[in-house]
Amino acid sequence: MSEIGTALLGLGDKLAAHVLLSAAAIALGIAVALPLAIWASRSPAIARATLGFASLVQTIPALALLALFFPILLSLRAVFGEGLPTLGFLPALLALSLYALLPILRNAVTAQANLDPGILEAADGVGMSFWQRLRLVEAPLAAPYVMAGIRTAAVWTIGAATLSTTIGQPSLGDPIFAGLQTQNWVLVLAGCIASAGLALVADALLGTIEKGLATRRRRLSLAGLVAVLLGIVAALAVQFGNRAEDRIVIGAKGFSEQYILARLIGQQLEAAGYTVDYRNGLGSAVAHEAVANGAIDVLVDYTGTIWTNQMERRDTPDRDTMLAEIEEWETRTTGTHVLGRLGFENAYGLAMPRARAEAGGFAAIGDLAARGQGMTIGGDPEFFERPEWIAVRDAYGLRFAAQRNFSPTFMYNALQSGEADVIGAYTSDGRIAADDLVFLDDPEGAFPNYDAIILLSPETGADPDIVAALQPLVGAIDVEAMRAANLSVDRDNDKLSFTEAARELAARIGL
Amino acid sequence: MTSPAQPLVEFREVRKSYETTEAVAGVSLTIAPGEFVALVGASGSGKSTLLKTVNRLVDPNGGTVLFEGERVESLPLAALRRRIGYVFQSIGLFPHMTVGENIAIGPRLVGERLPEGRIARLLELVELDPAMAVRLPDELSGGQRQRVGVARALANDPHLLLMDEPFGALDPITRDALGERVRALHADLGLTTVMVTHDMAEALLLADRVLVMDGGSIVADENPQALLHGAGGTIAQDLVAVPRAQADRLAERAR
Repeated sequence: MSEIGTALLGLGDKLAAHVLLSAAAIALGIAVALPLAIWASRSPAIARATLGFASLVQTIPALALLALFFPILLSLRAVFGEGLPTLGFLPALLALSLYALLPILRNAVTAQANLDPGILEAADGVGMSFWQRLRLVEAPLAAPYVMAGIRTAAVWTIGAATLSTTIGQPSLGDPIFAGLQTQNWVLVLAGCIASAGLALVADALLGTIEKGLATRRRRLSLAGLVAVLLGIVAALAVQFGNRAEDRIVIGAKGFSEQYILARLIGQQLEAAGYTVDYRNGLGSAVAHEAVANGAIDVLVDYTGTIWTNQMERRDTPDRDTMLAEIEEWETRTTGTHVLGRLGFENAYGLAMPRARAEAGGFAAIGDLAARGQGMTIGGDPEFFERPEWIAVRDAYGLRFAAQRNFSPTFMYNALQSGEADVIGAYTSDGRIAADDLVFLDDPEGAFPNYDAIILLSPETGADPDIVAALQPLVGAIDVEAMRAANLSVDRDNDKLSFTEAARELAARIGL
Repeated sequence: MTSPAQPLVEFREVRKSYETTEAVAGVSLTIAPGEFVALVGASGSGKSTLLKTVNRLVDPNGGTVLFEGERVESLPLAALRRRIGYVFQSIGLFPHMTVGENIAIGPRLVGERLPEGRIARLLELVELDPAMAVRLPDELSGGQRQRVGVARALANDPHLLLMDEPFGALDPITRDALGERVRALHADLGLTTVMVTHDMAEALLLADRVLVMDGGSIVADENPQALLHGAGGTIAQDLVAVPRAQADRLAERAR
């Protein structure tokens, strides 16, 4: 339990970010929902349209809604200019506000529809203007119901805000996603406890305001309101009290190697006197776009990923040709600067437990095509959508009985427990050796090369000091060092934190 | 009753139709200052609709209504309504305001504070204890609530009091007492009162002029004595026949 306590104490800044994001989203939700509700109360058509829209939004999974704002904001740059952020606070705010809309709107509309018509006739009869009627009669009578809607919205928003980690907004989702990645359940629990605790506190405080409104005890409502505002002010103090200017933002996709390398890069930059910040758990496409448009400054990416996904190439040339073409393409189209290779490759490959492979006589991918039709293949959530997989599948004519998605960590567990027979694994993964897995040969060369490379955003790439600070990493990490570092955070016992693993890796490669 | 030169309310060819029905079919009539007029008719005869064209809770499709010589549609809506007291069946006290706040709402809308003494006086006018000013409407009986409704309607010192089935939801004893009270207030405060009711007995007992409506038109315009002596035509006499027959049967039973 004390471990969880320690983990919780380390979440202060995540909690503050979470509070501010949720509060801003609910505030925006209220600001949009209430005028809409007033409008809707005057027109049944508007009521149907707005409630229909809000219900439709609600059916979109929160994770997808958050992700959708990235392309939406990207296309809006045509209108608002290149300064419009596409990751982080803004898309998280917009998506969560949309989510908060429904409960507030529905309660407000229902409250107005259920107002006693006699009371409204009396309001008109005594000569109230539109605004007097709204302020003196409709608003006070609807307030407790509206407040109940705000309460529901607050609980939903605080829960869904944990997902904003995936689009680069710090939140209490950070420890949850990082912990899921490494099966560090203490971290997952700490994140869940903090987020659930926050939701309960918010619910209780808003409930106090609601009760005050319903029983016409102004002081009770005020006390609740003051407590809510104090919480937001405290979060603002934490968030902006220690904010340094000019911090370098390092991105990391959602797997261990990325987290460790991001910390390694961060430590190099901090040693050179920079302040750094991390955006963890980004999706592949989002991460590349983010470094290209400067939402993040530094990213470790893989040649094969850019080659097939961003450049949409299907041929597989040798690694030097590939890197040269990527550098040329990035310069020409995105302005992203390729600093160089880190030194190891993290390819996709199809892996099986050694015993199983030997018993079944599986040595090359082609053997799966011949004898693997009854098997189940596992992959990370991106794997089966990636062009590399489609190329490999088509090159060998692969067909399986089932394909299943797992988070990268659970994928290896699935292989151990027999829930998957073969997985799309990563060659630099520490668990390859630890779990005694073998990669099946790829004689067709259908999987491209996946050298790890450092990408710098156009602005960062033009900064000679940052380039100089990161230069020592180029060519410094061989695959053995990377596997050892990956294993140190992924193993079941004696796990290191990402920061510790990065320090150990730095020591091993002599930085 | 004779009409003086300047009527307080004048209807000119007022028409109001809804999608399928014609509620008011071209009504013209004048109401003199000081009159207590009852508008009587069956449900759907158009009497409530006609009443509400005066304070523009209903806007007519045709014709016009003049209040104190001015066309009502030319007056600012809120200002017009503040000059007219309005009492109706569902009362419509604001449940989140005390009795005192309810009574003071009209003046408050124009930024005036109704003195406590005046609130107490209005409560006394409707025969309620001034201490009730601090209560919430939920704590009152139905009759008490409608008394507050009348006090609220009088707070702006209106010249005209419109009442739409004001006693319809009250028990007979309360109904009778409040009716008498309103009749007395009408005289004491020099009001002009127009009351919609479906109850001919109530109209005959309280009003000094009874208008009978049927199918959107005025079919009789008589004083109670004339109606009781057979004037006003068949529809009016059918309505008068009901309370008369009841009275006769009661007299029969008492024998």
